[in-house]
Amino acid sequence: MSRALWLGGALSALVLVAAGLSFLWTPFDHAAMNIPDKLQTPNGTHWLGTDHFGRDLFSMIMVGARTSIAVALVAVGIGIGLGVPLGLWAAARQGGWADEIIMRGNDLIFAFPSLVIAILITAIFGAGAVNAIIAIGIFNIPVFARVTRGGALPLWAREFILAARVSGKGAARISVEHILPNIANLLIVQATIQFSLGILAEAALSYVGLGAQPPTPSWGRMLADAQTLVSIAPHMALVPGIAIILTVLGLNLLGDGLRDALDPKLRVART
Amino acid sequence: MLRYALKRLTSLLISLAIASLVIFAVIEVAPGDPASFMLGVNAQEDTLAALRAELGLDQSKVQRYLAWVGGMVQGDFGTSYQYRTPVSDMIAQRLWVSLPLALYSLALSTLIAFPAGIYAASRRGKAGDVGVMGATQIGIAIPNFWFAMMLVLVFAINLRWFSAGGFAGWDKGVFAALKSLTLPAIALALPQAAILARVMRSSLLDIMGEDFMRTARAKGLTRAQALRRHGLRNALIPVLTILGLQFSFLLAGGIIIEQVFYLPGLGRLIFQSISARDLIVVESVTMLLVFAVIVVNFAVDLAYAAVDPRLRGRT
Repeated sequence: MSRALWLGGALSALVLVAAGLSFLWTPFDHAAMNIPDKLQTPNGTHWLGTDHFGRDLFSMIMVGARTSIAVALVAVGIGIGLGVPLGLWAAARQGGWADEIIMRGNDLIFAFPSLVIAILITAIFGAGAVNAIIAIGIFNIPVFARVTRGGALPLWAREFILAARVSGKGAARISVEHILPNIANLLIVQATIQFSLGILAEAALSYVGLGAQPPTPSWGRMLADAQTLVSIAPHMALVPGIAIILTVLGLNLLGDGLRDALDPKLRVART
Repeated sequence: MLRYALKRLTSLLISLAIASLVIFAVIEVAPGDPASFMLGVNAQEDTLAALRAELGLDQSKVQRYLAWVGGMVQGDFGTSYQYRTPVSDMIAQRLWVSLPLALYSLALSTLIAFPAGIYAASRRGKAGDVGVMGATQIGIAIPNFWFAMMLVLVFAINLRWFSAGGFAGWDKGVFAALKSLTLPAIALALPQAAILARVMRSSLLDIMGEDFMRTARAKGLTRAQALRRHGLRNALIPVLTILGLQFSFLLAGGIIIEQVFYLPGLGRLIFQSISARDLIVVESVTMLLVFAVIVVNFAVDLAYAAVDPRLRGRT
């Protein structure tokens, strides 16, 4: 186990635990306004201070983690659910029309500036967590399709696949029974990376007011609230910012660590 | 080479055609009638009909699509519903902010990333490498709009070196204009530099394992000399791809940073037009950004094929 894996795993677990714990317990009610206590810097009672309404930032961060994780997780799910089958199909029909159409379609989605389209989708169909998920999820599809196809292509030339074909299995069955288990590592690593990108994208959308709507707390909107007050209450901007950075950093380290741990070939090549 | 270029050009045109269809379709299903949005809730039915006719909204979808695409080919992006001015003028004006900003941050990102990546590669596994790579991990994790806020806090509010937002305008002189773009450019550049430095490093490390590098070392060049004379040029191919992608990202990705700094660029234009339901502007700006991305990627591909004949066979 490498240091990256440990640190990444620990940070990711911390965020998960905070999000899970927030269903049962937070130090304060995250939505309770308490104007006399507003804009407190971190102290013994309010561990991370309070915002301009006197809400406890630590509680808001805990509940906000839930939003970030939910949005990013479902967006990754969309990417895997649609992208992996498409990638498997393209690889099974390498060079055929299905492959060509799927890969060209991929290139096309890549060509769209994702943030602009996400903003377009959420602005036109209404701001909210669900539309944010769809907007982020669409751009995960080509990523997973490409990784799947890239991983599957070399496998199709291998003897064990040939054996499966000889024994009479069809392309779909081979893809599911033999290809998929062999590229699972790749997909897990890619999923952690897309997960962290999803958290960044969710924060950006919420920041411009197109993500989760009040009263659902989200890290991006906490930053938007903090912007006008940044000169008198910098902690309001620092706290959610650091939460985002630690989460994304943790997931990226976890992805790197997993890739090294799951792929023995890389371990040799890296020394 | 010509055949390769023609093949790529065909797929470029197909991509553009499909992209325009998709954008048109998305805007088309958008709820809300621009005409009633412009005239307000109390508008008379005949006034609305007259305005729709004037805007061309009463024509069929096919006619409107063809008119839109046909116009764009001739440089006519339509007329803004909101301001009644040609969209191409609005875009041209905003490009003078967004394009310099993208180029500025691309230059900054390259200036930071190249030395950092080369340094890390040359010290592979040592403290310097670990330090640079750790820094890039953090750089990738930082949301650029948050970083922008921190820059404003430190350099605009506390140190008062820069203004916290707004654009001076090119008529105030190049220096003043660039100064007002400096903080946004840094905010955009740093996370990009982190990615670029990692690509630079891993690309260099790949090259270092090649036979020709071993030959270069064997004939007596030091590691640094071998890298400079033989390694760098070969390592640049993946780096160029990322640079091409980053340029289009920076052009479009300035959208949030422009919000933070109140810069009158393309990003703000999109935001303002979306909230005013000025859909023709949204449609055309989005198409322009997609066009830029596709063309930049096309140019990068052609540049490779020109440099490296082996790549012409692949598509």
